[in-house]
Amino acid sequence: MKRRNFLGLAGAATATALAGKAQAAGGHSFDGYPNSYGVLFDASRCIGCRQCEMGCNKINSENVTEPWTTLPKKDPKAFDEKGLNATARTDASMYTLVNKYEPQALGGKTPVFKKAQCMHCKEPACASACFVKAFTKTPEGAVTYNGSVCVGCRYCMVACPWDVPTYEFNKLIPYVQKCHMCHPHIKSGKTTMPACVKACPMEALTWGKREDLIKEAWARISSVPGRYLPHVYGEREMGGTNWMYISNVPFAQIGLREDLGKTPAPEMTSGALGLVPLVACLWPVLLGGIWQITKWKDERAEEDKQKAVAEAIAQERAKAGK
Amino acid sequence: MSQHDHGAQPVILPPQEAWGVIKSLLNPVTYLKFAKEHPILSLIFLVGVVVTVNRFLIGGLAGTTNLDDNNPWGIWISFDLLCGVALAAGGYTTTAGALIFNIKGLRTAVKPAILTAFLGYAFVVYALLYDVGQPWRLPYPVFWSQGTSSVLFEVGLCVMLYVTVLMIEWLPNFTDWVGMQKISHVIHKCTIALTIMGIVLSTMHQSSLGMLYLIAPHKMHPLWYSAHLPLQFFVSSMVAGMSMVIFEGTISHHYMHSRMSPEYNRDHDGVLFAFAKACSIILFGYFFMKWVPIAGENKWGYIFDGKYGLMWLIEMFGFIAIPCFLYAVGYRSRSTGTIKAAATISVLGIVFNRFNVSWFGFNIHLRPEQQYFPSVQEVIVSVFVVTLIILCFRFISKYMAIFSDHPSYSKGHH
Repeated sequence: MKRRNFLGLAGAATATALAGKAQAAGGHSFDGYPNSYGVLFDASRCIGCRQCEMGCNKINSENVTEPWTTLPKKDPKAFDEKGLNATARTDASMYTLVNKYEPQALGGKTPVFKKAQCMHCKEPACASACFVKAFTKTPEGAVTYNGSVCVGCRYCMVACPWDVPTYEFNKLIPYVQKCHMCHPHIKSGKTTMPACVKACPMEALTWGKREDLIKEAWARISSVPGRYLPHVYGEREMGGTNWMYISNVPFAQIGLREDLGKTPAPEMTSGALGLVPLVACLWPVLLGGIWQITKWKDERAEEDKQKAVAEAIAQERAKAGK
Repeated sequence: MSQHDHGAQPVILPPQEAWGVIKSLLNPVTYLKFAKEHPILSLIFLVGVVVTVNRFLIGGLAGTTNLDDNNPWGIWISFDLLCGVALAAGGYTTTAGALIFNIKGLRTAVKPAILTAFLGYAFVVYALLYDVGQPWRLPYPVFWSQGTSSVLFEVGLCVMLYVTVLMIEWLPNFTDWVGMQKISHVIHKCTIALTIMGIVLSTMHQSSLGMLYLIAPHKMHPLWYSAHLPLQFFVSSMVAGMSMVIFEGTISHHYMHSRMSPEYNRDHDGVLFAFAKACSIILFGYFFMKWVPIAGENKWGYIFDGKYGLMWLIEMFGFIAIPCFLYAVGYRSRSTGTIKAAATISVLGIVFNRFNVSWFGFNIHLRPEQQYFPSVQEVIVSVFVVTLIILCFRFISKYMAIFSDHPSYSKGHH
């Protein structure tokens, strides 16, 4: 190949690559996948029976597709107690659990239950934090985990505002575990909706398109004035989640943090990360310049010194010559 | 000014004998002999090996650490990674001063600083093998599945590149020693390019370590969480690096005196004064830098609120203002003792700051009984890693020309 041909081809390749990316430079905004699915949890309906936990354990211990989607099979008796105490949390053997609270709003004695699992953020902190792209926000709504690339750095756990991802600390080849909203099981046709939703006898869980769920949530809130708090938790929290909550007691009293704000997690680091290439571009030029200047100054100083010495010698010689 | 015995040139073995020393490393008798002479170091080493076996083959992370689902990062990140990287910053600060800003008196400090940085970073990577769940996958983020939106990706990439740069910068010490001067010569030609790369990469990952925490404002105390964390980590790393060079130079002087050339000893105090002045100015700036987000985000109320406020004040005044003042006094009165004290406080202050960000002031939303405290085995691994660094430093500076010019360079060659 002639040199000119090669350069021409290289130029064409660069131009194509740039053209492909040109639209991305026009500003970036992501409002979540349209038509993605989610779940609405209604705290006023939940009775803490933990059928959802049982359904979750069943489907995810029997339909194992990958080593990291295995849950150990649990005895049904393990789910007998009505709602675990408020301090219990998920570990690597479960994707979800039901906590029992006795909120001040109802006098501190009446129990209110809340189901905890991955919130399936529209813009997930875990996915943004993962340095091997192990997490995927699927267009269907679920945030899934691919253990085949996971190094086990656990930055996802640091990043998640709800402390959702768990880790198999007790295994020699450990993986992260978290709810995948039954994404693999729906895909394989094993079920039509998440197993927990299917298992719920009280319709405390509703499966549907996120947009529809938000309408449904607000319809319930306005249908019986005073029954619910006028807030759909997850509609805006951390940029919005696909799993949402409505409740008859303040969310903070059933273990849902109300201080998280509306900023999606990726936005918290993207600004700072954007400065990194600036450093990489500016620093070499600046440092190279400083190096040249100091060198030049040293050389000038040396020249001046030698000139002064030579002049002094010449003067002395001239004097001696007289 | 302290008086030094400037002494004679240290003995550097000829290349053929150097290979003999390397061969003796393969002989177990060498180690038995060493164990007999240094029982404490050997004991630490032995216990470290036992915990290592437990971590990788028997107990896993659960059997060695107090980490759990609420506390995914412990002392191996707070100390080994965050402090390790900050305290190894002497490499880029010293080379920047000596080679880019061309400060003549710093030249003899370059080789020990590069050695410390190289060992520091190499063992940061080594310690990470203990921390991550599947250490054999550590190259994945760079070579297999690049998660470019992650701050940790940036850290990983920069640390990997910087370890390579440091290795190349350090290599001439080895190639001179074993008589492969040609390689040294090629590397010396690239000195400025390598130095600039080192500074660029250091700027990027020192700040990125602070950037890691930007994604978790909900878990951190407001006095330490700030959009300025990357800047604060970078600026404080300069102080950490230079203070560590002073701190470690003092120890080396004590134990490695016979390995130091008259030129090294002659310049030693000059390095101290130059770094003392620099540290004093940077700490002064850093002190005010830390107030900016407090004022900007109106966090004044937290300062006088409970133990976190107290800890913040201790950090600000005890570990930033006081060493800043001591460095300035030490520089003005030419007191090496004051400067060494300032360096020690600064090093401790960096550790305190990194612990505040990543441990004491982190996960404060958890209940007290859920809070993290390291296990004995976690501490043993950290001590073990520091011991390995010391052993490597000792070995290399005992045989190679770290505190002197290698005899193969004729006088005035540089």
